Amino acid sequence: MSRKLLIEHAEVPGITSFETYRKHGGYASVEKALKTMSPEEVVEEVKKSGLRGRGGAGFPTGMKWSFLAKPEGVERHLVCNADESEPGTFKDRYLMEKLPHLLIEGMITSSYALGARRSYIYIRGEFMYVLRILEKAIAEAYANGMLGKNILGSGYDLDLVVTPGGGAYICGEETALLESLEGKRGNPRMKPPFPAVKGLWGNPTVVNNVESIAAVVPIVNEGGEAYAKIGIERSTGTKLISASGNLVRPGVYEIELGLSVEEFIYGDNYCRGIANGKKLKACIPGGSSVPILPHYLVTKTAAGTDRLMTYESLADGGFASGSMLGSGGFIVFDEDQCIVRNTWNFARFYAHESCGQCSPCREGTGWMEKVLYRLEHGTGTLEDISLLEEINKKIEGNTICPLGDAAAWPVAAAIRHFRDEFEWHVKSPQEAQTRNYGLIPAPLEA
Amino acid sequence: MKADHPQAVNEAPIEFSANTMAEMNRVIGLFPEGKQKSAILSVLHLVQDEFGWVSVGAMNRVAQILDIQPIEVYEVATFYTMFHLDPVGKNVLEVCRTGPCQLVGSDDLITYIEEKLDIKVGETTKDGMFTLKTVECLGACGYGPMLMCKYQFYERLNKEKVNEMLDAMREASNS
Repeated sequence: MSRKLLIEHAEVPGITSFETYRKHGGYASVEKALKTMSPEEVVEEVKKSGLRGRGGAGFPTGMKWSFLAKPEGVERHLVCNADESEPGTFKDRYLMEKLPHLLIEGMITSSYALGARRSYIYIRGEFMYVLRILEKAIAEAYANGMLGKNILGSGYDLDLVVTPGGGAYICGEETALLESLEGKRGNPRMKPPFPAVKGLWGNPTVVNNVESIAAVVPIVNEGGEAYAKIGIERSTGTKLISASGNLVRPGVYEIELGLSVEEFIYGDNYCRGIANGKKLKACIPGGSSVPILPHYLVTKTAAGTDRLMTYESLADGGFASGSMLGSGGFIVFDEDQCIVRNTWNFARFYAHESCGQCSPCREGTGWMEKVLYRLEHGTGTLEDISLLEEINKKIEGNTICPLGDAAAWPVAAAIRHFRDEFEWHVKSPQEAQTRNYGLIPAPLEA
Repeated sequence: MKADHPQAVNEAPIEFSANTMAEMNRVIGLFPEGKQKSAILSVLHLVQDEFGWVSVGAMNRVAQILDIQPIEVYEVATFYTMFHLDPVGKNVLEVCRTGPCQLVGSDDLITYIEEKLDIKVGETTKDGMFTLKTVECLGACGYGPMLMCKYQFYERLNKEKVNEMLDAMREASNS
């Protein structure tokens, strides 16, 4: 069983209250950082930990922090990205609902490290009940001297505000989030300038995912080196995985990076296998934006080694035979699922969520959705499959933000691995309406 | 979308209740002086909480409260999908239709609710009790199929649970 650094106390009765959280060792990182460490020392520990952004991109958090511009007399901000909207991802909601004080503690310690005195949590509007939980916890933190003026007598002041979105996937992109936080439409900004130089209201800003900020707590408490000892290679520490789809026991799991995919899907401590005694057909391991893997590439890499839950192992084989850890949104398909229908479903999602700013994404996502609709509903042609690949290439890399890539990659991967199933939808449209294609054989078995 | 009509901007601003105004002032006060526009999404949620939807008259009033141009409110209200720009039923059922929920039966759930309420997605029942909408991923993928109503999540739904849920909503709205 993996060590739990984040959600160990999640099910403790009353842990959402300041008092109970404190009794279980809560706010120790704030005491340690504010009383015994300089902000630079906190940044150094986060660098040593090897922590990589838990929102999906996996960029080293310590390095991101070190890019923050610090011009004299200009305010800086830490903004927590709690927009959690990548399909398949629901870990941040769990963390915030169960352990609101863990996020607040992480925000205080991290804000101190960055020299931010006004920090924000931007939470998706649909999580309004979680926002209420956070508001209550923030009020408790103020009442107990953890927020406001002169925290713990250190001379450090911090105000923390939680504020809702209004229903827009794109606001999970950090510059769109900042636009939204300024009260505008969530249109991503051109980079550079990066938020670290010009972010919220033009001030230097760091935007971090909920889980990344929470991970700062054990890193400061136990030291960056201790954290880096957990995991494998450049995948250090623990990670929250959101498991969904056709599993016996879907839900949120904290794993040590390096756990085998086999153990995660079938192990008694984790998902306990595919629901209803069915077989695994495919898996999207890191949220809907990452490439889908057919069953024979899920637990093993193309080279035949065990596939592990790490940034490196899930990406092993590149896009030809690998995928990405992404946000840890682990979506599992049983043998009865239709890949064409699911690919169309996700294409519809991206078409719906494109902000409309860049033509390749605005037009391309809608076009892909229509072509996939035809294929799924029995009126597609073989040329449609090549057309999808063509549109894909024209979106990828040609947009301001990564939504275009996020829309293109899953379609490309689905066709790459499940071309026979797409062609079957064209050649046997009536049959495709009445039954599912089933499993595809692994190349060696064929 | 009423804000599309040129004459709509002439709709007189409507007044909000004292409670709504107090809460609006609180959320505006969370931001630094001069950055009150940052509260716009909170403010629009409050408008919707009071009226069930966001009318052009309400947006015009929001513009006055935040001291910004009405167009700045329209462009935001029309971008974010949570805001209903037309009148809706007392209970808006927003069913997640995205991939992970689809794998565990959201297509069937949507069909079942359509049949049960005798309306299609996007429509409101004749008695004004329910509006059925589909939405994209609500971040509850491990607990699907699911829907949201009045910010509450109803998860791992099946026919029986839907029946109970609808009865309870009807009762609550009638009392």
